[in-house]
Amino acid sequence: MSANANAALLDVRDVSKAFGTVEVLRAVSLEVNRGEVVSVIGPSGSGKTTLLRCVNFLESYDSGSIRIDGKEVGYREAGTRQRRSERDLAAMRAETGMVFQSFNLFPHLTAAGNIMLGLRKVRGKSDAEASQIAEHWLGRVGLAHKADSLPAELSGGQQQRVGIARAVAMEPKILLLDEITSALDPELVGEVLAVVRSLAEDGMTMLMVTHEMAFARDASSRIVFMADGSVSAAGPPAEILGTEIKNERLRNFLARFRASHF
Amino acid sequence: MGYALNFNLIWRHFDKLWGGLLLSLELAVISIAIGIVIGLLLAVWYVSAGRMVRAGIAAYVEFIRNVPLILLVYLVFYGLPTVVDIAYSAQTSFIATLSLYSGAYLVEVFRSGLEAVPRGQIDAGKAIGLTPWQRLIHVRLPTMLRITLPALSNTFISLFKDTSVASVISVPELTYGAQWINFNTFRIVEVYLVVTAMYLLTGYALLFALRLVERRFRAAR
Repeated sequence: MSANANAALLDVRDVSKAFGTVEVLRAVSLEVNRGEVVSVIGPSGSGKTTLLRCVNFLESYDSGSIRIDGKEVGYREAGTRQRRSERDLAAMRAETGMVFQSFNLFPHLTAAGNIMLGLRKVRGKSDAEASQIAEHWLGRVGLAHKADSLPAELSGGQQQRVGIARAVAMEPKILLLDEITSALDPELVGEVLAVVRSLAEDGMTMLMVTHEMAFARDASSRIVFMADGSVSAAGPPAEILGTEIKNERLRNFLARFRASHF
Repeated sequence: MGYALNFNLIWRHFDKLWGGLLLSLELAVISIAIGIVIGLLLAVWYVSAGRMVRAGIAAYVEFIRNVPLILLVYLVFYGLPTVVDIAYSAQTSFIATLSLYSGAYLVEVFRSGLEAVPRGQIDAGKAIGLTPWQRLIHVRLPTMLRITLPALSNTFISLFKDTSVASVISVPELTYGAQWINFNTFRIVEVYLVVTAMYLLTGYALLFALRLVERRFRAAR
């Protein structure tokens, strides 16, 4: 294992980012330990998705640091703020898995092909090996019979399960889930969350942005509430989603959320 | 109207037209193949390069698209050998010209296709750790091809018809064959009717074949 076996697996420290004059992240800090599931909740525009996209450097950040297993993500060490080479970035990103709101499957590849691409090209596995791993993960997400289907032939829920399989098949250190059920019809949400739950039971480390409060409460070890680009509250689910909330913004957010969902 | 149609003389010289059609197809296929290479390379370069390169590629495209093909053919066949010390056959000269010409049109098709690849797919490629080159080969190009196929078909048909311009430098393709028969038999109406039908049928056949390819790709969407 790594040199920092007792440090947090993901260590986000004072990360700030602005799009032009709009500050989307203001000195955000959070930690995710090995095997933990951390949910990020908050109103839209609070910077949740941007934060997640900084973790695998799909977005750059202006200051602060993000370390995975002790290694700075987007920039070279020694505080130079020198962007890593594309080759380095690719290697770093291979250590984090990401599942997207809009699935983003490769439309020209079958379900198995989507999973195999990274295994073959990034992990250097043979076709046979990659195919075996794809088969295993498609089985895990309940889609063994859809291996040869193209994304267009799958329902949203099925596509998202392939998306999850594609990410976890790479054996990432941490899985990033970006509102993965927001684009799904309500009746398809359950099948996707069931997969995430089973991964959590296996000890997969996850950081997820979600609007599924019930799921966040049941599946997370901790919940982080973001508002206006900063972490406004963080703690165990019982504390964050409990009945006595001192944080006024969180209270308002939850009240609005409940009003719109029930 | 005292003109009586008589196709006998056309059929007697039909080998000129048939051979011409085959040469037209050959010119089109070779030029389009070279044009695809030019188009792909420049399109990929364009979307990843800085301002200078972009301006250079845009200038090439604009130049070709705003000069009539027939003029380009004259320039390359008559003009170039008088300035620089090279010699080539009319056929080679025309293939070079049509390749540059189709390249310019295809850069545009491929470039807009590359820019239409959804951001999310590129993100997904990044997220599994593909390098920029791998993303291009395994994610962007396949998707681009799918997006551009209908536009590509139209461009190919158009370029096939453009091979008729080769007749002005005496390349014995289909239109040249028609002119030859016309000069030797004076059966102007008959010969151009037959040649028109030949272009039309070939064009339709090409379109049909390309639509089949498109449908195959769309089914695989």
